[in-house]
Amino acid sequence: MSKEILIVDDSPSVRRMVSMTLQQAGYAVTEAVDGAKGLEAAKAHRYAMVITDQNMPNMTGLEFIQAYRADPSSSGVPIIFLSTESEGGLKEAARAAGALGWMVKPFEQEQLLAVVKKVAG
Amino acid sequence: MMDAETQEIFRQEAEALMEALQEGLLVLKETPDDLEVVAGVFRALHTIKGTGAMFGFSRLASFVHNFEAAFEAVRSGKSVVTPELINVALTAYDLIAELLEGGEPDPAKDEELTAALAAATSGEAPAPAAAPTASEVPAAPAEIKEWDLQFRLPPDFMEIGGNPIAMLDELREVGGETTIVRPLTDRLPSIAQMDTKVIYTGWQVILPGAIKENAIRDVFMFHEDQMELSIEPVHAAPAAPVAEPEPAAAPLAEAAAAPAEPAATAKDAPKAAKAAPAAVAQLRVAADRVDLIMDRVGELVIAEARLAAIANQLENEALLGVVEDIQRLALGLRDSTMALRMTPLSSIMGRFRRLSHDLAETTGKTFDFIVEGEETELDKTVVEKLTDPLVHMIRNSVDHGLEGPEDRAASGKPERGLVKLSARHAGAEVVIEIIDDGRGMNEEAIRKRAIERGLLTEDSDVPRSEVLKMVLEPGFSTAAAVTALSGRGVGADVVKQAIEALNGTIEITSEPGEGTVFTLRLPLTLAIIEGLLIGVGKERYALPLLSVEQILELPEELAGGTSATDVIELNNELVPVLRLRQVFNRDASASTHQKIVIVGANDTRVGLVVDEIIGTNQTVIKQLSPLHSRLKIFSGATILGDGCVALILDVIHLVSLGQEIEQRLKGTAA
Repeated sequence: MSKEILIVDDSPSVRRMVSMTLQQAGYAVTEAVDGAKGLEAAKAHRYAMVITDQNMPNMTGLEFIQAYRADPSSSGVPIIFLSTESEGGLKEAARAAGALGWMVKPFEQEQLLAVVKKVAG
Repeated sequence: MMDAETQEIFRQEAEALMEALQEGLLVLKETPDDLEVVAGVFRALHTIKGTGAMFGFSRLASFVHNFEAAFEAVRSGKSVVTPELINVALTAYDLIAELLEGGEPDPAKDEELTAALAAATSGEAPAPAAAPTASEVPAAPAEIKEWDLQFRLPPDFMEIGGNPIAMLDELREVGGETTIVRPLTDRLPSIAQMDTKVIYTGWQVILPGAIKENAIRDVFMFHEDQMELSIEPVHAAPAAPVAEPEPAAAPLAEAAAAPAEPAATAKDAPKAAKAAPAAVAQLRVAADRVDLIMDRVGELVIAEARLAAIANQLENEALLGVVEDIQRLALGLRDSTMALRMTPLSSIMGRFRRLSHDLAETTGKTFDFIVEGEETELDKTVVEKLTDPLVHMIRNSVDHGLEGPEDRAASGKPERGLVKLSARHAGAEVVIEIIDDGRGMNEEAIRKRAIERGLLTEDSDVPRSEVLKMVLEPGFSTAAAVTALSGRGVGADVVKQAIEALNGTIEITSEPGEGTVFTLRLPLTLAIIEGLLIGVGKERYALPLLSVEQILELPEELAGGTSATDVIELNNELVPVLRLRQVFNRDASASTHQKIVIVGANDTRVGLVVDEIIGTNQTVIKQLSPLHSRLKIFSGATILGDGCVALILDVIHLVSLGQEIEQRLKGTAA
């Protein structure tokens, strides 16, 4: 059984890049176009790992993490936070909200794969 | 810096040496002329110096070097023990004790005491030997030998999907195979108070110094602020008083990577030692308690055999059933007790790696130090007693064996030399080899020196292998210079003594220009061995089963022979044969079903003609009395199930007897 990973991002190109990279590496990928949809998906199914963007309409990545972590089913599910902003404040906020790690966009496929392998196994 | 456990071992060792030192000094106060005690004091100092240098106590080593010089003067008769010397020496002892405990006494004290020691042994006391470490260690910023990393993950780490195991794996990946990971369990609450989602364990990870600090920090990226993390560089050599360039990393409050300071290593020591009890979930038991258990297990095995004999006579099924159970339990108990005493050689390898590192620095020679078979297990006492000889031999290989890079290049060798330490089990022995690819030994020089020293006479016709062994004789040392590490010719005899005390042998093979191999063969001197019980006449003898290779029917053509020795052909090889009946002068008539037991040691074999093969047994080795211990053919005695005593045959000796026969036969043939 391949491990299932949820990618929450409003950018189709990022979602596609993440999906392709991870599927090639043998993961199953579910895509969600924004935080609200992502929250729905994450609550409905336990993923091996969740990757979320920060800048999204309706619900930011940070809000998504806070909302998801408020749900007990999120316990033990690692979340990786994607952001174009590398300033410490946001990173720390994401960490405090319950993200396990973060990546700065843009990133290479290899970088992504390394992170996913490390986190989801 | 070595790990806390190794530190602890060093500490215990140093304590014992310090005790011997103090006692020796106090005895000398009463009997100043006792040269044996002087030698004992000298030896204690020498070992403290050597191990101290190896464990990074450089100030201590340098001071003890001068202390030792004073007693060298006494030992060589240039000076005498005076009350004044003893007083100064005792004060010096206190300084060493303080340094060992990680204290930082005023450095002026070292000089003051060194001068006082020199004054006390003056007359014609030599100028105190120049402080060795200071001059030999280049005054460059200290190289980072290891990173001592300690961390406790954020309390919510599991909750947010983190995987501590993956993190440790990642650290192992960063650090390579020498990475050491230890749990820190000091904050474990009682089970009732545990929250399954919280990590209570911390970890200590020792990583090689070659790694960049940033690579380590990367592993914790994103969590650093939420966790406790300390990354301390551990310096190889005593740092010169130059501020070390801080590794380019964002400094963290918890991980103030301390700049090097002169006493960095000494200061680290107590810290590491303090962390040890929490980190190591092991039980430290006094060795004599284990010995006591071993003794009692030995007695139990004998009693069990007697019980079995009685049960067999009575033919009582119920009793036999119980006997079988007891037998199984006794054997299990024996094995687990022996396992208690078995220690892999790896437990002392850390020192050798450190030693090779230090040697590379002090000698300026570049070489690879390779260890093979460090998982080989030996009785703990054997391992302990091996340490000093091995230290000496490795030093010797580097100091005298390996050439400098230029010489190597000139003789067409790769610039990096090679020193290899390999260990393996071979039958009832452990074979340890110290191999170098250096210049090899100069037989002529050794012969000449041995003659000078009165170890050989001009006309003695001694084979090459024996000449080479002369380097192990007391007082034989071809090194002209006295170095901090190699010392003053103490040690070579220590090697020989220690190996002989373990009933082992040393062989030296050396090819000029190609290198030298020291081969140590050590019997697995354990208190209980599997034995093969044989009968010769009415007597029974035991052989270590591991050295028995084959048992054959005695060929007819040999059956009638009455000489003590003979040869048989075995797999196209002539094997000398000893008729034990004749060797032991047993006059009872020979059995009609005599057998030959082929035993081997040192890759050579000898056949033993016996009357009867009785079977295997648990041989509990009892030492022979001093009166009988000179009978080399027996290595001990054992008590059999019926209460009789059987002597244990010494296979190494039997094999050498066989070789003598072979030589003799060859001689007559020629």
